[in-house]
Order: sequence, then C-alpha cells, then structure tokens
Amino acid sequence: MNALAEQGKGVWTLAFNRFLADRVGVTSAVLVVLGLLLVLASLLGLVASQWSAEVAIGHAPPHWFKKQPSEPIGGASSRSGLDKAALSNKQQANTPTLTDVVDPIESEMRQIGAYSTLQSRISPSPTDVQDPIANEFAAASKKLGQQRIVPMAERAQSTPWGADKWGRDVLDKTIKGAETSILVGLCAALMATLIGSLLGAFSGWYGGWVDDISNWIYNVFNAIPGILLILAIAAVLDSKGVLSVVIILGVTGWTGVYRLVRGEYLKHRERDYVRAAYAIGASPLRRMFIHVLPNVSHVILVQFSLLTVSCIKAEVILSFLGFGVPVDGVSWGTMLTEAQNDLLLGIWWQLAAATFAMGLFVTALSLLTDALRDALDPKLTH
Amino acid sequence: MAAYVIRRLWQMVPTMAGVILLVFFLFNWVGGDPAYVLAGLFSSQEQIASIRKELGLDEPIWVQLLIFVKQVLIFDFGSSWTTGEKVSQIFATRLPASLTVVGPLLIIETIIGVVIAVAVSWVRGSWIDRSVMILCTTGMSISILVFIIVGQYLLAYRLNWFPVQGWGESFTTNLLVYAPLPILLGLVVSIAPNTRLFRSFILDEIDQDYVRTARAKGMNEARVMFIHVLRNAMIPVITFVISNLPGLLLGAFLLERFFGIPGVGREIILAVERSDFPVIKAVTVYVALATMVFNLIGDLLYRVADPRIQLR
Repeated sequence: MNALAEQGKGVWTLAFNRFLADRVGVTSAVLVVLGLLLVLASLLGLVASQWSAEVAIGHAPPHWFKKQPSEPIGGASSRSGLDKAALSNKQQANTPTLTDVVDPIESEMRQIGAYSTLQSRISPSPTDVQDPIANEFAAASKKLGQQRIVPMAERAQSTPWGADKWGRDVLDKTIKGAETSILVGLCAALMATLIGSLLGAFSGWYGGWVDDISNWIYNVFNAIPGILLILAIAAVLDSKGVLSVVIILGVTGWTGVYRLVRGEYLKHRERDYVRAAYAIGASPLRRMFIHVLPNVSHVILVQFSLLTVSCIKAEVILSFLGFGVPVDGVSWGTMLTEAQNDLLLGIWWQLAAATFAMGLFVTALSLLTDALRDALDPKLTH
Repeated sequence: MAAYVIRRLWQMVPTMAGVILLVFFLFNWVGGDPAYVLAGLFSSQEQIASIRKELGLDEPIWVQLLIFVKQVLIFDFGSSWTTGEKVSQIFATRLPASLTVVGPLLIIETIIGVVIAVAVSWVRGSWIDRSVMILCTTGMSISILVFIIVGQYLLAYRLNWFPVQGWGESFTTNLLVYAPLPILLGLVVSIAPNTRLFRSFILDEIDQDYVRTARAKGMNEARVMFIHVLRNAMIPVITFVISNLPGLLLGAFLLERFFGIPGVGREIILAVERSDFPVIKAVTVYVALATMVFNLIGDLLYRVADPRIQLR
C-alpha cells in the first residue's frame, strides 16, 4: 500500500520526505540556512559593514560582564603585571611620529659630504626591483583617509560582546569573519567539486587513455598528504588573499569527489536508460550531463557538503598561520590569532565568539550532511 | 607475494614521476623566479645573475628538471636558503622530536578510539550511541586551534600542571616533561574522528553472516563482539593507522608550533613562512614517497591479518 503510493513520486521527493522525518537534520538545516542568510546580509552590507570601526575602548568587556570599572582587564593582568591594553591606549595619544626624530649626527655628516654618496649607495639600483607592497600600501593609506576615527572620549566602555585590542566590536567582527570563512569554504568546495566531478565524469565515461591520465593525476595528488600540498602551494603563491585560499583548497580537495563520481559513471554507463538514450540519438555529452548527471547528483551533493566543512576548517587554520586572509580582513582564523594573545591578558570574549560561531555553523553543516546522506541513500544502514 | 611487491613498487614509478613533475612545476613556474626570492628586495642585476647560475636557472627547462631529478635520486637537496643547514641534516635532527610526540600519540589514540568505538557499537542505535555521535560531530567542528589555545592556557599557563612550551636535550625529559601536554591535546582532537571511523568499521562487520552464525551457535554477545567482530574490524583499523603514519607526522605541525617542539612539522611551517623552497620541495617529495611505501605496507599487513584476501 505504502509502496504503491510511493511509486509515483520522484526520487528527490522521496528523499525529501525521508529528510523531513529526521528531526536533527531539519534543525541543522534551519541553522545552516540562517547562517547563510547572515552571510548574505553581511555581503550586501546590511550588517557588520562597520566592523573595522574602532567604536569602544581597547578590550572593552561585554555589557553583561561587569568588572571593576577602573580596571577593564581584571585578575590575570594585575597578577602578572601585564597592563598592556590600558598602557597602549595611553600611548596612542602621544606616540612620537617619525618626523620628530632628529638625526643626532646630521650636521657632521653634511659637513663631510657623506650624505650624497651614502644615499646613492643605500638606494637600490634601478634594475627590475620594485617595492612589493607598494600597491597594498597605497590602498591602505587611501582606506585610512576614508575611515571615521572615533575620538577616545566618545568610545563605549562596553559593547554587546566585548571589543578587541583596537576597540572593534567583536560581534561585528564575528559576523564579518563568518562571511569570509563561510564564503571561502563554499567557493573552495564548489571549485573542488567541479574539478572532481568533471574529471570523474569524463574518466568514468570514456575510459581508455582519458581514464589512465586522470587516474595518474589522481594518484599523484593522493600521494601527497593534503596539508603538505596546501602548505607547498601557499609557499609558492605570492599573493596572500582570499582568492589564493580558494584556489589552494580547490586544487587540493577534488580527489575524493573524483573517485566517487568516476565510480558512479562507470556503473551508469552501461545502464539500460543510457543505452535507450543512445538509441534515440543523444550525443555523448547529452547522455553524460542530461541523463546520467541527475542520477549521480546526490553523491556530488553530499561530497560538496562534506568538502565545505573541511574547507572552512582548513581556511581557519591557514588564516591563523598567516597564509590566508590579509591583515585588513577578518576571518575566524585571524580572530583566533588575536584571541591567543588576548587570552594571556584574561580577555576571553573574542575566543568565545569565534569558537561558538564556528562550532555552531560547522556542527549544523556536518549534521545536515549526515542527514542528507541518510535521506538520499536509503540503502545505507548507519 | 614477492611478485606482488615488485609490481606495486614498479607502479610507484609513474606516480613518483608525477609528484616530481608537480613539485618542479609548482616551484619553478607558479612560484616565480627563485633567484628573486633568494636574492631579496635590494639586489643588483649581477647578484641575481650569479644566483641564477648557481641554481642552474640559466639552463634550458629540461636541464633544470634533470638537475631536480638528480637531487631526488641522490637524496641531496642542497642547503636551506635561510639557515644554510643541509636539508638532509634538517630532517635527521628534527625527526626524533616529531616521533617523540607522534609515536605515543598514535598508540594511545588508536587504543582509546577502539575502546570507545566498541562501547558505542555495543549499544548501537540507543540514545547513548546517538548522543556520543553528535558529541563527536561537535568536537570535530570546533577548530583544533581552540583546543590547543585553551588547553595550553588552562593546563599549562594557569594551572601550571605542564610546562607552557619547550624542549630539552634528553629523550626521557622530553617524553616525560615536555611531550605529555601536546600528546594529551592531540588525543582530545583525534578521538572524535577516530571513534566515528572505527565505529563504522565495527558496524560493517556486525551484520555479516558469520556473526549471525556465531550467535546461532549460542555464543554470548561478549564473545561474538571481542573474538569474532573485533578481530575482523581490526584489519581496516590497522591499515588506516599504518597508511596515515606519514601524514600524521606532519599533522602534528600545529602542536609542534604551539609548544615550540623542534620537529618536522614546525620546520615546514617555518620554511613556508620564509619561502625556503629546498626544504619544502624535499619534504613534499619524500613524504609522498613515504606515503606510497606505507600504503604498500598497510596492504601487506592486510594480507597477513586476513589470509582470504588475494593480493593481485
């Protein structure tokens, strides 16, 4: 009876019904969608667009975390005598600029005419050497002019989730960091899935020398442990930045998708429905991507989801090590870099925010992946 | 058996050639001219030319490739660009520290992983099983970095149970004083994925016909689990552990970095930070080789553990 009623429905409808029955899966799906909406809002500038504004005093605590008002960085700092945060705030007001520094032997140097010869020796010969950070420097100083600097007196004493060393709101930073980390994860996973699926599809479909070459490439990439390949590519790519991370993770992550998709295409190539398509004159590409692809797309979907999880985690580590997001950006990884130093001063809110945000999203995405796999592949028992 | 080993070794040749090509391509084309990297910012045309000559960069591309292949074959990648130390020397001196951490870590994490996996498989499908699995997923979702940062802060900096970081000269001091905290944190991080994986190995076996036969003979559940199921489930566990050995050596790079352990993983991070290409090239090529060899060893052990498997 039940089986009869189900016969008319498509495989996706059935999978969707199975998915709805999975409470853990549905809950995590809701969380993931909320997270993605937040990323979209942040991308459009609706939230956290002013994340880099220094709105509060350095290391301002969260509203609900009250400590002695005179001493914003409580116990740990007084114990170890590290009062750096308060100190640096005071120092900011009267830091000497470079123009104030007087060269003590300037007049003597002028007298002996050393300056002209020295100058010519120091300056690099005009070969093809150029300042590697000239562009970044120009962009940064341009950006600096646009930024509104909040005067010390107007700065808040506390913010909803505390502030970092420079007084930037941690909540805004976490949202902006989520945007970076999740977008990088999604793009890298998309790239890896595309490479793996295309290579796997052609390899499994055509066999022969196409398969041999693809397998060779697969073996080569598989022989080098993932993290080593990632670091090696990070070493040779000069341009540090979001795009580099996407390329690094995309180029290294495709092997798992390739193996599975190749296997599926090998299996489906000889199925009756594909032969029928051949009989009515469908071209090889049409059979591959119109007929077979929808029937293996569940495998690709689950792999994409798995890859997103691992790419987000890898991005966080890369950014933490300084091979990822540039200094003027923020991701969960760079937040953890700062949090490591903050923690020694007893400042825990940045660490808590980044950990909680990442833990929540990645857990939800992992549970969603498990639920998707269960729903799409009912033959799997556990 | 011998024929199988020889065939497998022979099959490594094209893969190894591919690894060498990939590394060569990465570091000579994608990475830009190594002479500029090496010479630094303020260098004259003559300096760059002399470096190019020294590295053989003024030769045609295929000669450069041959130079690289020769380096791989005679195990001589020259010296580090930053410290001038021989690359082979770097390996020889950094390996013991890595092994001191990774060796005990690997043994303990495998044992604990198997024990927990057996326990949750015993109550499979129950709420305990499900909540342990969700707990594992959550544990895997929190970045490794957080475990290390918080662990180092709490257990070493605040509670003073362990040294915050450092490394000594003698093996026993290292193992007993400096290694325990990195090993402990490594365990915390690795138990969740291991439990999930080993549990799936056990559950793969638990529906097999021979298990039903054993139960039908009237054996109790404990004997079925420990004598029949576990022995079979250990085969993929062994293969997994052996073939992951080279990767694990690197995988501890975060631990080595945080705790100032002079191991191979930390050396790689330093090399990447300093664009020290000879070191990265050497590590990549030899770790790839080690991975292939250990995969072969894993497959051979598979055969020893399960005589039914035909090696072809």
